[in-house]
Amino acid sequence: MVSAEEVARIIEAYPADRRFALAAMQDMQNEFNYVPEEGLEMLAEHLGCPIAQLFAMATFYKALSLTPKGKHIIKICNGTACHIRGAMNLVTGVKRELNIEPGETTEDGLFSVEIVNCVGSCALAPVMLVDGIYHNKLRVEQVPGIIDSYRAKDGEQHD
Amino acid sequence: MTKRTEKILVCCGTGCIANGALDVAAAIEAEVAARNLDVEVSVDVVRTGCSGECEQGPVVRLMPRDTMYYRVKESDASAIIDSLEGDPVEKLLLKKDGMQVEHMDENPFYALQHKVVLKDVGIIDPLSLDDYIAHGGYEGLKRALEMTPEHIIDEVDKSGLRGKGGAGFPTGRKWRTAAGYDVFPKYIVCNGDEGDPGAFMDGSTMEGSPHAVIEGMIIGALAIGAEEGILYIRDEYALARDHIQKAIDSAYEAGILGDSILGTSHKLHLSIVRGGGAFVCGESTALMASIEGRVGEPRAKYIRSVQRGLFDHPTVLNNVETLASIPTILRDGSEEYAKLGTENSKGTKVFAMVGKVKHTGLVEVPMGTTLRTLIYDIGGGIIDDRPFKAIQTGGPSGGCIPESLLDLPVDFDTLTEHGAMMGSGGMIVMDDRSCMVEVARYYVDFLCEESCGKCTPCREGLRQMRAILTDICEGRGQEGDIELLERICHTMEDASLCALGRTAANPVLTTIKFFRDEYEAHIKEHRCPAGVCAELTQFVIDAAACTGCGMCMRACPADAISGEKKQAHTIDPAKCIACGSCREACHFSAVLTEGRSA
Ligand SMILES: Cc1cc2nc3c(=O)[nH]c(=O)nc-3n(C[C@H](O)[C@H](O)[C@H](O)COP(=O)(O)O)c2cc1C
Ligand code: SF4
Ligand code: FES
Ligand code: FES
Repeated sequence: MVSAEEVARIIEAYPADRRFALAAMQDMQNEFNYVPEEGLEMLAEHLGCPIAQLFAMATFYKALSLTPKGKHIIKICNGTACHIRGAMNLVTGVKRELNIEPGETTEDGLFSVEIVNCVGSCALAPVMLVDGIYHNKLRVEQVPGIIDSYRAKDGEQHD
Repeated sequence: MTKRTEKILVCCGTGCIANGALDVAAAIEAEVAARNLDVEVSVDVVRTGCSGECEQGPVVRLMPRDTMYYRVKESDASAIIDSLEGDPVEKLLLKKDGMQVEHMDENPFYALQHKVVLKDVGIIDPLSLDDYIAHGGYEGLKRALEMTPEHIIDEVDKSGLRGKGGAGFPTGRKWRTAAGYDVFPKYIVCNGDEGDPGAFMDGSTMEGSPHAVIEGMIIGALAIGAEEGILYIRDEYALARDHIQKAIDSAYEAGILGDSILGTSHKLHLSIVRGGGAFVCGESTALMASIEGRVGEPRAKYIRSVQRGLFDHPTVLNNVETLASIPTILRDGSEEYAKLGTENSKGTKVFAMVGKVKHTGLVEVPMGTTLRTLIYDIGGGIIDDRPFKAIQTGGPSGGCIPESLLDLPVDFDTLTEHGAMMGSGGMIVMDDRSCMVEVARYYVDFLCEESCGKCTPCREGLRQMRAILTDICEGRGQEGDIELLERICHTMEDASLCALGRTAANPVLTTIKFFRDEYEAHIKEHRCPAGVCAELTQFVIDAAACTGCGMCMRACPADAISGEKKQAHTIDPAKCIACGSCREACHFSAVLTEGRSA
């Protein structure tokens, strides 16, 4: 759960000026992997602006998400370079493996899948990131092994 | 004994880091420490920005002997240190036509380039102000501080520099207009949003030479009379943001930024704003709305931003590459810069060349270089020597260029005259296995997600086009669809509020113009000639060509392929998901495509 103190610490790092709304929400996103509703309420109060304005921003900007994410975040790059080199096949592979659509989280809360645009290493396309780690020049048949390795890691921790 | 200085440059750009460069750098450093090399030579391990050949990374370069190593692994550290004294490590050298290439200038990938913006990228430590200064950094600023604003602007004007963010607006003219307004404060803003999904020129520049961007901004600020500047940097570019922030901090410490620039009465304060991950925020008015803390929607430009931009004050917005060109222009003089390029497009341009080309990476060439030189001489041609089909330039606002235009010089105007465009520098090379209809759908889909929705032609036009293109790709195309697409395109060009909507037609119109037969094959023959559109493609194995090696079987994610070793394999159409992995895996061109009857 998100604690009010943590949210307050993030928000109060910024002056009460609307131009810092996006930055504060991005910090929450970084910290919690999503922007919690309590966070928006407290931010609206801090900045003295209607919460609807913050909702508008949170839904407009792709960097922000209003729903909690899974423990491991799989980002499949579908920028042009990756697309041309078969990114959609990776999407199919991940969908087959996890039985969820991009944008969703698995029932066990382990994985979230997102399709993103260009992560800056187009020369190594197609690229998939798991928790920020790059898997380059990936072929669809390698996908199950990568996902299994994260499952295995979590299994070890639970035992 | 005289002390030699050896430098080991380890590329630590995004691409090489993704390939494990940080571990390589650490291993080399550990090896240097373990051998106590400092006694006779001072060995400096420098983590640089992108050297351009990311695909061959991690890249390590030894200086001054100028040896380039590729695909370096941690375990190579010891051999690399040995080679400081002796012969180069053969297996890490580049092989071209059976020969080993040791030095940078013997590698055609670099030999044909001319670096202005990227001159220090891959050479200096981006986090070291001293290193930047040792390579001539902030000399341009020193010259600018001795000049009047008028004189600085004249110099930029004479260089012929045009904005590299895509539109090609003359930078000198933009600055002169902003300088002419006596409304303060004024702002200088750097556009580091790099929204083209498949390009990384600006990101690499900010990562690899952050001080060049900052120096450009300071000179711009002096010219227009701004005392505050903002860098708007794409959300995904964490490394670029980090390097820019550290460069800003060290510039403040050195008295280059702040209330007294290099001891003068000039001031400039710089800060970073992190983009929110919206393509439209690269557009000037949307970007400014985003900085002000609003939803990033464009506004109609009855009044231009140079007059009333950020917080309604005069604002100059320039692209990263534009700003990073400025220090060299001021330092070496406008004549030097204007010697490069063509009549109306001076200087150089950085391209991110990716896709189905052998040497993908970042290149900088004089304006006017032909696409053929870029793809074949620098890029080494198409992967597996397959036939070239098209090159897409300029991202979602750009176009697809066919073989017949490859000998045109690339500059701001020539490609536009032929119904394509140079754009901001993304270049995606496509071969005969890329479907042009699907590429058009890809861009329209991207723009559909990214349209802010404020104006109807863009919002609805894109949605309609997406539906039509999806139908064509999935086998539901109808006679008349092509003409309908063209009509929607023209309406969007005429009636959209911002350039996102006005240029969204380009990928569609250029693919129709140059590859109409592919559209027709989808619609009339229910066939995707490239074998990309799954609903229109059936993969089959040519029994005569199949050697039964089993590569396709291992590559298939759907277990659709069967066959005995050394016997021809077969694909089960009921299991096949038409992903094409088998075709990519086959070394004998034994996987063929057929259309699917509707
Ligand atoms: C939808 C849209 C997206 C844009 N994205 C970018 C971008 O990511 N980076 C950029 O420098 N310019 C982008 N531009 C162009 C800018 O609006 C502007 O022309 C440019 O930053 C001006 O700088 P320059 O004159 O130095 O090129 C975009 C324009 C539009 C319409
Ligand atoms: S053209 Fe598209 S992106 Fe631009 S203002 Fe209109 S809806 Fe928004
Ligand atoms: S397109 Fe995938 S990393 Fe750039
Ligand atoms: S990141 Fe190292 S060569 Fe591009």
